[in-house]
Amino acid sequence: MKITLHAWRQKDANSPGGMQTREVDGISKDMSFLEMLDKVNEDIINEGGEPIAFDHDCREGICGTCSMMINGQAHGPDGGTTTCQLHMRSFQDGDAIHIEPWRSRAFPVVRDLVVDRSSFDRIVQAGGFVSANTGGCQDANSQLVPKVSSDLAMDAAACIGCGACVASCPNGSAMLFVAAKIGHLANLPQGQPERYSRARSMVKQMDAEGFGACSNHYECEASCPKDIPVTFISDMNRDVLKASTCHSDK
Amino acid sequence: MAFNLDSKIPEGPLADKWTKHRFDMKLVNPANKRKFNVIVVGSGLAGASAAASLSELGYNVDCFCFQDSPRRAHSIAAQGGINAAKNYPNDGDSVRRLFYDTIKGGDYRSREANVYRLAEVSNSIIDQCVAQGVPFARDYGGLLDNRSFGGAQVSRTFYARGQTGQQLLIGAYQALSKEIGKGSVTMHTRTEMLDVVTVDGKAKGIITRDLVSGEIKRHAGDAVLLCTGGYGNVFYLSTNAMGSNVTAAFRAHKKGAGFANPCYTQIHPTCIPVSSEHQSKLTLMSESLRNDGRVWVPKKKGDDRPPSDIPEGERDYYLERRYPSFGNLVPRDVASRAAKERCDEGFGVGESGLAVYLDFADAISRLGEDTIRARYGNLFQMYEKIAAENPYKTPMRIFPAVHYTMGGLWVDYNLQTTVPGLFALGECNFSDHGANRLGASALMQGLADGYFVAPYTVSNYLGEHGEMDAAKKVTTAHPAFDEAEAAVIARTERLLAVNGKQSIDSFHKRLGLIMWDNCGMGRTKETLTKALEEIPKLREEFWSDVRIPGGDKEFNAEVEKANRVADFLEFAETMCLDALTREESCGGHFREEHQSGEGEAQRDDENYAHAAVWEYTGEGNRPELSMEQLEFENVMLTTRSYK
Ligand SMILES: Cc1cc2nc3c(=O)[nH]c(=O)nc-3n(C[C@H](O)[C@H](O)[C@H](O)COP(=O)(O)OP(=O)(O)OC[C@H]3O[C@@H](n4cnc5c(N)ncnc54)[C@H](O)[C@@H]3O)c2cc1C
Ligand code: SF4
Ligand code: FES
Repeated sequence: MKITLHAWRQKDANSPGGMQTREVDGISKDMSFLEMLDKVNEDIINEGGEPIAFDHDCREGICGTCSMMINGQAHGPDGGTTTCQLHMRSFQDGDAIHIEPWRSRAFPVVRDLVVDRSSFDRIVQAGGFVSANTGGCQDANSQLVPKVSSDLAMDAAACIGCGACVASCPNGSAMLFVAAKIGHLANLPQGQPERYSRARSMVKQMDAEGFGACSNHYECEASCPKDIPVTFISDMNRDVLKASTCHSDK
Repeated sequence: MAFNLDSKIPEGPLADKWTKHRFDMKLVNPANKRKFNVIVVGSGLAGASAAASLSELGYNVDCFCFQDSPRRAHSIAAQGGINAAKNYPNDGDSVRRLFYDTIKGGDYRSREANVYRLAEVSNSIIDQCVAQGVPFARDYGGLLDNRSFGGAQVSRTFYARGQTGQQLLIGAYQALSKEIGKGSVTMHTRTEMLDVVTVDGKAKGIITRDLVSGEIKRHAGDAVLLCTGGYGNVFYLSTNAMGSNVTAAFRAHKKGAGFANPCYTQIHPTCIPVSSEHQSKLTLMSESLRNDGRVWVPKKKGDDRPPSDIPEGERDYYLERRYPSFGNLVPRDVASRAAKERCDEGFGVGESGLAVYLDFADAISRLGEDTIRARYGNLFQMYEKIAAENPYKTPMRIFPAVHYTMGGLWVDYNLQTTVPGLFALGECNFSDHGANRLGASALMQGLADGYFVAPYTVSNYLGEHGEMDAAKKVTTAHPAFDEAEAAVIARTERLLAVNGKQSIDSFHKRLGLIMWDNCGMGRTKETLTKALEEIPKLREEFWSDVRIPGGDKEFNAEVEKANRVADFLEFAETMCLDALTREESCGGHFREEHQSGEGEAQRDDENYAHAAVWEYTGEGNRPELSMEQLEFENVMLTTRSYK
């Protein structure tokens, strides 16, 4: 199949960027979206140009590295799919495809489609953990965890930290990502001792990073490749509220 | 100069060695720990757990990874699970049995003392992970659930849906983040290590490239830990992440670290088959699927009916037929070779004939689709996205693919390489899996090394050899850093100066084909000799005709790849040489000349019960071979049988 590819090109964070158009031929429906980009890059290199920079690593939908807006949608048209899992069979011969980097103030562009998501790491560093040092832990089965709680924790823990929720939110809000992390630990007994201080510190850091506020558009849920539900956001809001009113733990 | 390969295995009975060794080791006074700086390269299970644990003890840690976040290390992709000898299901497991299964699974090519220690600390890993909030699967009573993996007749594998690696890594990443937040670990993301710096033969630092700005930097440390993963991407197509590489290990090798058993590679039996020449990677379908899936091919050669039209009596469940006691759960090397055998004989399915069926119909009719979805939902979804077929209705088509590398940097019992102060953890070392790794044992080993072994043995090294006096410490101003940095810069300049016509990927693909055809699932003297002729030619062509667009003072993925592929092109030769030298079949290393009448691997314990350790002697020169003889005092060497 043939496509017209419009790609965002930007040399580095401080240079202006713009869309560049290219006709691409010889695409097979069985190629993954990133294999299509590999081919485009191979062609560009053979012509003596500089390939389109994009982030990727595992190419099986689990590392959260791949990240791009495809025709205005984070990770493209298919639901519950990362960019690397998207295949060209989701497009038609002759389609125009626009690819752009994640759009958010808190994710500055590094080059072309590559952005800097270190703000996510800093949110976790602010409190997204259980303070259990290595060694001396009790037997793993000494504390029973109801299957429902453990399944719920797992639903939240499935977040791959890709940032699609932020990129697709009109406010550039990171609520779904933060709520997923908080929801993972809040649903387990191990997460209880620091539950409220964790919620407070993470949300504080989230605000400091320049992410926007949530006004219930739910674009995040729609674009999330791991189908993290927005109900975790309401759970998080309750914990943050509780933290500010009834808990003074630091 | 041959290596002096002292494995430093402690004296005493097997079960007491680690306890005794921990007691005998030097400690560092808490107040003095702050005076030491430890460099940890890698943030996968091994690196993140080591960096967090060392920092908790009080050391200053610098941790490096090439991804944009430590959470994205390749460990994240592990699906199936992690072993431990908890014996929660009450089915007869014990530390001794896990030890025995691992030694046997590795086809008697690993060190007893290391494997025993691994089994011994396995239970603490599960305790640690649960305390961190890893959401392992549980049963309705709230207890932890287990499943079975290949090479074992007990259920000892803990799992978190099909995302065990992700959940364990997030646990370790959270622990690491906690230490970064406190300021005692400095994290360097998007940073690639390009050399180890040695002073008077000891590791004292590294040289890195900042992948965003291209800046070359020096980092000094009192010890350097390489936790940089495996080298399966030497085959180009593998289940590894695109960035997985041999660069860190190989550059350390060039600085004097012995490389052990490079030819031991694991070909995983259940991967989605190659579908086109554009394919950039292969996707694993977890071994756990063999708990409920049955492997078969048609009994008739070239039978191209759809699987549902082939009646039960015309199907050959060849694993159940050949190995009745382990059935579909034989170890990986055995399952892979059996699939290859059927396909070579013309019984393969799919367009290319290079696939076999993995069928869930029986399990679905016995347990219902919902149960199967709960167990493997994300794997089925992954399959459907790639193959565009619904595995709940049609059996999966699978074929073996390169997956894991048992070979790696040689380490002693303390995980120290032949370079003092340079340690290797996780998949990057050669230590625990012999010639074949059992499923769910790599996660266990990475975390054992990082949480429970290195914190002791690195402290011991620092207690014994560490320089506490700040005035006497080696700094980045030392001439050894000048030299190493200059060499790194010169090499990149040399690469850019080639300015040829062919892309880096095109070379990588060609190397991959040479390796797969000649040093893959089956190897012979002839194929290996052929590869050893072709690789140097390809390397020469690379250095005279590779094209690297753009410059090195910017974000440039092609510069990253060029460095990695250049190293693969050298390393591949050592791999083939190792495979050629090992005149036996063992585990994942199958020399077709050495097989029994039934096509099983034939070991030669008399001549090859050793680790082959290679020493670098200059580009294009034949590396020198040293051997560590493996002593077996607690298990009897027998022919592995899974029948
Ligand atoms: C698809 C898949 C599924 C698997 N499933 C299982 C399973 O179910 N059970 C099991 O036990 N095992 C499994 N394995 C194997 C297991 O996941 C790996 O062996 C293990 O996670 C390796 O961990 P590691 O910490 O040694 O290395 P990795 O996780 O590979 O980490 C390597 C780290 O080193 C860094 N690095 C590498 N080179 C450099 C450099 N030059 N400079 C700076 N940093 C560098 C990387 O950034 C990364 O942080 C699976 C493997 C694959 C591929
Ligand atoms: S919540 Fe979903 S979209 Fe947001 S980072 Fe996590 S996986 Fe990505
Ligand atoms: S590349 Fe890992 S999720 Fe897409």
